[in-house]
This record gives sequence, C-alpha cells and structure tokens, in this order.
Amino acid sequence: MSLVDRLSEAKRTGNYQGLLDAVPYSRLLGLTAAIDGGELITTMRYADHLIGNPALPALHGGSLGALLESAAIFELLWRAETIVLPKTITITIDYLRSGGPVDTHARGIVTRHGRRVANVRVEAWQADRTMPVATAHAIFLVKPEAAASS
Amino acid sequence: MEVVEISRSNAVFRLKYDEKLVGNPDTGVLHGGAITALLDACSGAAVFAALSEWGPIATLDLRIDYLRAAEPGRDVLAHATCYRVARQVAFTRAVAYLDDEADPIASSAGTFMLQTKPGGRK
Repeated sequence: MSLVDRLSEAKRTGNYQGLLDAVPYSRLLGLTAAIDGGELITTMRYADHLIGNPALPALHGGSLGALLESAAIFELLWRAETIVLPKTITITIDYLRSGGPVDTHARGIVTRHGRRVANVRVEAWQADRTMPVATAHAIFLVKPEAAASS
Repeated sequence: MEVVEISRSNAVFRLKYDEKLVGNPDTGVLHGGAITALLDACSGAAVFAALSEWGPIATLDLRIDYLRAAEPGRDVLAHATCYRVARQVAFTRAVAYLDDEADPIASSAGTFMLQTKPGGRK
C-alpha cells in the first residue's frame, strides 16, 4: 500500500498508526499518535538510542526536532481536506529545557493553511505540559506540483 | 552518523544511508528529521572545535531550510562552521549535501549556549 493510500485509509478510519508504522523513521523514533480531548498528540516513546548527551542524560536535539516536525505534519494531515503529503520548506526549533529519559509528547497547531503553503507551530513536553522541552514553527508546501526545484 | 573531519571551528559529518532513516517508503528519501539530527550534531561539534576551553554546551535554536530532496540510497554529508564565539553564546552555519557543498540539500543556522550548568537546562 502506498503512503498516499495509507493516508486515505487513516483519514477514513481516524486511526493514523498504520501511516506512522509505514514510515521507517517514525518506527525508529518510536512514534505513536492518538486523539486525546480533541487534540492530536504525537508521542515519542523513550528509548536509549534517542539520547544525545548520556552525562545528563538528555534527548538528542535531532530526535526532538524530528518529533516536532512529525507532529506538525500529522496535524496538517488530520486537519486538511486534501490528501497531499506536506513538504517541509523550513523549520525553526527552540530548545527550552533538557529532555529527560522519558516519553515526549508533541502537538501542532496550524496557524495558517493557505492554498500552497501552511504554517504550523508545535510544542513538545514530557511530564508537565506547562514546561515544554522544545517548541518549533514550520512552513510546508501543501499543494502538489508546486514543489520548486526538487 | 560518523565524523569525517574536525578542524578549527569546522566539522564534517557523514550520515550513512540506512533504510531505517527513510521518511517516504515509496521513494526511499530520507526523513527531514534525520537531516535535522545530522545538522544539529555537526553544528555542536563545530562549536567544540571553536572553543579554547571545553565545557557543556546546549542548542538554543536551530533553523533548517530544506532546499531539495536527498537522492535515495546516498550518504549525506554535513559541513558546519562555528563562525562566532561570544562570551555565552556560539553561532553556527551548516549545510547538508550529497556531492557538492555549493549545491546543498539543506542549510541551517544555529545558536548554542556555552558553559551550561551540570544537570542541563530546567
């Protein structure tokens, strides 16, 4: 089943796990997604290989960045009417606090969904949602055939 | 991820192509997150390369622009430069590329906090 087919299936059933499991990097990061209180929450299950600084220990900035980017994409897929895989143009991540060796959650909010471009801001937290470990904002191309020089 | 070279204020890393890092299983193209991880690690290494006195550092922010998709099956290289070390903050620029730095697949700018406290930022 192609990724786009899995996406259609996910939108039809409301269950995105099949889509996540189809993406190897999502599997590596141990991502799961679930609707909780009307919000789509992406969770990165803790695993030793996600640690960047073993002295603390602290999550690798790259794992957090990938979680944030993934959460932003899932929010877009969940909210959008069209079946198109968004293409990341740019993402800026603010690292706020060290991420400890526990599960990390993230939620994206679409600030603008235009015809060609969508803006999403994302927050990632661990035990306390009021103390995020990282935030990001990302801009995506959401219209097919609009991708410039790929 | 492996270190290719570290010299004064510069670091070059290689991310070997691995199917586990793929974002789109239909095309085999690497996930953007894997490129983020590569640029973050390489930029951090460039900061260490630039410091005269080593201590803990922490990424403050990282901006990544995706310029084009990485050809599937190929290793990705990253070259980061720490171009300014201030008293408390260091600044980096980096590119991720396949063959030619002048034709990168992604470009980044980063800032790093220097001499962070043991135990990390709370």
